[in-house]
Amino acid sequence: MLRLEPRADASRLMRYLSPLIAVALMLIGGLALFAALGKDPLEGFRVYFLNPLRDLYGLSELLLKATPLMLIAMGLSVGFRANVWNIGAEGQFIMGGVAASAIALYFIESDSGWVLTGMVLAGALGGMAWAAIPAFLRTLFNTNEILTSLMLVYIAQLAVSWLVHGPMIDPDGFGFPQSKMFEDSALLPELLGGTRLNAAFPMALTALGLGYVFLQRSFMGFQMRVAGESEPAARYAGFAARRMIWVGFLAGGALAGIAGMAEVAGPMGQLTTHLSNNYGFAAIIVAFIARLNPVGIFFASLLMALLYLGGEQAQQYLGLPSSISNVFQGLLLLCLLGADVLINYRLRWKPAEAG
Amino acid sequence: MDGNIITSILFATVVAGTPLIIVALGELVVEKSGVLNLGAEGMMSVGAIAAFAVTLHSGNLWLGVGAGMLAGVAMALLFAFVALTLLGNQVATGLALSILGVGLAAFIGKPYESEVLQAVPPIRIPFLADIPVIGEALWNQQSLVYFSWILFWAVLWFLFRSRAGLVLRAVGESPSSAHAIGYPVIRIRYLATLFGGAMAGLGGAFLSVFYTPLWVEGMVAGRGWIAVALVVFATWRPLRVLLGAYLFGGVMVSQLFIQGSGLDINMPSQFLSSLPYWATIIVLVMISRNRNLVRLNAPVSLGQPFKPES
Amino acid sequence: MNDAPTARLELRGITKTYPSVVANDRVSLKVMPGEIHAVLGENGAGKSTLMKVIYGVTHPGAGEILWEGERVRIRNPAHARALGIGMVFQHFSLFETLTVVENVALALELSGDLGLLARQIEQVSEKYGLPVDPRRRVHALSVGERQRVEIIRCLLQKPKLLIMDEPTSVLTPGAVQKLFETLRQLAAEGCSILYISHKLDEIQQLCHVATVLRDGRVTGECVPANETPESMARLMIGKALPVPELRPHSPGAPRLQVAGLSRDSDDPFGVELQDIHLDVRAGEIVGIAGVSGNGQKELLLALSGEEPLAERYPIRIDGVEAGRMGPRARRRLGLGFVPEERLGRGAVPSLSLAFNGLLTAHGQGLLRHGLIRFAAMRAFARRCIERFDVRCGGAEAAARSLSGGNLQKFIMGREILQSPGVLIVAQPTWGVDVGAAAFIRQQLIDLAASGTAILVISEELEELFEICDRLMVIAGGRLSPSRRVSETSIEEIGLWMSGLWPGADGQATVERADAAS
Repeated sequence: MLRLEPRADASRLMRYLSPLIAVALMLIGGLALFAALGKDPLEGFRVYFLNPLRDLYGLSELLLKATPLMLIAMGLSVGFRANVWNIGAEGQFIMGGVAASAIALYFIESDSGWVLTGMVLAGALGGMAWAAIPAFLRTLFNTNEILTSLMLVYIAQLAVSWLVHGPMIDPDGFGFPQSKMFEDSALLPELLGGTRLNAAFPMALTALGLGYVFLQRSFMGFQMRVAGESEPAARYAGFAARRMIWVGFLAGGALAGIAGMAEVAGPMGQLTTHLSNNYGFAAIIVAFIARLNPVGIFFASLLMALLYLGGEQAQQYLGLPSSISNVFQGLLLLCLLGADVLINYRLRWKPAEAG
Repeated sequence: MDGNIITSILFATVVAGTPLIIVALGELVVEKSGVLNLGAEGMMSVGAIAAFAVTLHSGNLWLGVGAGMLAGVAMALLFAFVALTLLGNQVATGLALSILGVGLAAFIGKPYESEVLQAVPPIRIPFLADIPVIGEALWNQQSLVYFSWILFWAVLWFLFRSRAGLVLRAVGESPSSAHAIGYPVIRIRYLATLFGGAMAGLGGAFLSVFYTPLWVEGMVAGRGWIAVALVVFATWRPLRVLLGAYLFGGVMVSQLFIQGSGLDINMPSQFLSSLPYWATIIVLVMISRNRNLVRLNAPVSLGQPFKPES
Repeated sequence: MNDAPTARLELRGITKTYPSVVANDRVSLKVMPGEIHAVLGENGAGKSTLMKVIYGVTHPGAGEILWEGERVRIRNPAHARALGIGMVFQHFSLFETLTVVENVALALELSGDLGLLARQIEQVSEKYGLPVDPRRRVHALSVGERQRVEIIRCLLQKPKLLIMDEPTSVLTPGAVQKLFETLRQLAAEGCSILYISHKLDEIQQLCHVATVLRDGRVTGECVPANETPESMARLMIGKALPVPELRPHSPGAPRLQVAGLSRDSDDPFGVELQDIHLDVRAGEIVGIAGVSGNGQKELLLALSGEEPLAERYPIRIDGVEAGRMGPRARRRLGLGFVPEERLGRGAVPSLSLAFNGLLTAHGQGLLRHGLIRFAAMRAFARRCIERFDVRCGGAEAAARSLSGGNLQKFIMGREILQSPGVLIVAQPTWGVDVGAAAFIRQQLIDLAASGTAILVISEELEELFEICDRLMVIAGGRLSPSRRVSETSIEEIGLWMSGLWPGADGQATVERADAAS
């Protein structure tokens, strides 16, 4: 039978290889799923994974979908480094979008360039405010941040639902639960004509660059890494745990909030209940696959964005529900967590012991 | 408030609390063995759709319930394989299970979106149901409500009176010691995890087959997470799980209170819907304010991977 | 015909290999009925692995085990117990939140009446002089009491062979003698005892035969009564014990001052510190002896700043009141600290030595504008590796890839290279091989000579007597007065470890139950 045998030293190679193994396993699982649903697996593969990439527009959509993932995953990685489990990026994303929408709607008459700047700031602050609640409860009362941040997702979803049904509803919108469309001054400028790719993409790249410096080069990033690897060592060295919880949550909240702003000021152009596409949860997977590394986040976001686009294609051409992309995402994370065993263990074939 | 209103509020509270009891007691057993499975939301979701679909196709309610439990077990098996055999981080694995389960349920459930099942008639217990006010609320209930009470006693007896329960607690306390004196730690944790999966699946089945009874995407709506929080709130004690679940059940049916109070309160429905989530946060804060309360009661090895040396 | 009695246990050529080491290499030994048989060896010599093999926790790669003349394959601990093998673990295998009787029931694999079992426990505890209350929860017991529970648990199974793994490391000298009486009584009743230790004097006192292990191999067998400690030490470490070079004691001004330090423990099972007073002067090494669990952990957390005090005055470093400061602020005042746990507290296991240097030495010019100066960081680690003779794969080697002794040298070096005014060291040579231990002790002595005030907290009395100028004892959260090493004896300090120093009104937690019985 196959046995796991501990390695003397953690394998560096496997650290980088195991995400690829996980992707391969996910693909095998996906093909099996297509087959089980009575679809030709190769056709399914083509539609799901290749169709979205066949032209420039497809590629621009890929970058567009990857943008919020990059932003959120970068922010989450800061906290995850120190074992600060902010699971509520989805809620922070929504609140960022809400705050930015409030600015856009309040200054709807204005054509000033400052509206967008104000929206970015409002988005960041909205996300940070929502993230501050679990951070505050954790630092003051030691309340488990996984559960509180997650509960705040549901609350944020209900809050945005209330807003677009009530205070922020478009009075000329025939009662549909959505806000007025934003004016041009509140929309992010497009990068490429004929595509929806907008200025949020370079913002995400900037965030990745700053994140790289923070996590890999700064002393604070080092402190967070120590706290994540070994809490007693961090306490021994005198690294303040509370500050890390705050930094982790505020970074996650700010970037998730900006991502929410980019969504309402980009492809949406207004506030609706369908503000988020589970980006907050998908970004958690991105952060794990990327090993919290900014370069990895870039590529993992593209992969995750492809899973989204593939889901849309599968809905259109294979008649499958688009939630198939969530299945792939969950599967990918499970495969990764399983494959990670190879970092510290090797597989050995051993005959079953007699006796 | 007249007696009828009290009865109907009590009735609704018990019904709303029941899936929480079932799922949280399952999770309690899992956590007592030292395993933290945050995938309850996913297991519930898959259990709910499996039970709904099988009941719809077969017309047999209990076949559906069995399917729901089986689906929960299958999900738990996936978790156990990754987290216990392959030593994946339990927090992350549970999260992955939740994401996968919610996605899978939405995926499978798409064709069932507008289907409705026949309501299951309650089982009336003679004499007990005739007690004024509470009789109708407690003793004219769904079979799974009665089951949840049996489950409560069974878990209580198992954990604190049976030898197997003692072994389970020992494994959760110190897997290395349990291994050293010769207990199969991994096997015991597998069994506990699968039991938790079955209960989560059953809780999901209760939602989709007995409670609503229909399928809507996202209908589990965080109940799995609330059940996990409930275990912390109960400081790993079955009786407090039971009471906590009814407390949450009461919060979930809060609109009945407002109707019953006869006051004309105009409150957005979203606010009322958000009450259970606020309540979860509040009880977690209350329980964690005293650091030692959680630390002294939590199974010592909770969430830590264990690999026996060979 | 062979009329020699059959050995109770015989091992032939036991070999056990782990991925990076050969823990046991063709080990053979024979234990006769009623014999107290020592297995002697340094930390890491392979003693614990051998015991795990005998107890069925792990399986040998090669070799055979004979139990009362029959070849057996011991599948698991339950099987070992069924054969009649009992084991008392060094790190106890008890469950803290369960009661004594529940703990015993778990190991006995019997179901049913816990009340009956409780009475059996009381009987055994009376017969062998091992007082313990079956209904108490284990976390409320002292270390000595826990050991008794482990022993009782074994005895209830009427073992023919009892394995004791380093049993005295948690006991006061007085309690050690009581344990020996129990063991002799057992042996007289025909029970064989495998006694694992690295303490030569105990083995001489107790054991009939000794098998010596070094680097996983048997290097000799002897009758301890016929040997001298020196001759056994040679068998154990392959050379004579090194003796550090001592310098005359001429202390300067006080650098670490503790006055009236009292605090409740955060940990509900912890020890309350009561009115601690101590001074450590420049150029001086002061030792604190004591049985573990008497407040050492709490005192260290208070001194290092990991758990700062509510007031400023009780701790002064070079005259500056530091009670409320955290570890980083105290470090800036010149405090260095080497904790007991190396991996996971003193060093981050998964990070490189370079990063582990940065952990506390970031004040040594390793940062600029909040960013890490990578070249300087690596240079610091290399300097530490070179100066302190750390055997490792270079500055990029992960901390966990180092042996205990080499990691301790690195951590010690990291602290010493920062030229601390005050250095606090916990268990400086615990689990470290003899060569590295001697090196570490010499480094401490040299550092003191350069004017640093050093406080050593250790459970190894011999070590404290070897390197310290003055000694104190901690017991039950109180600190004894200090004695010059030249003016005291192991016997006196041993007595103090029970809390019985002149003017003391407290007692060590270990001894409470003993005194009551």
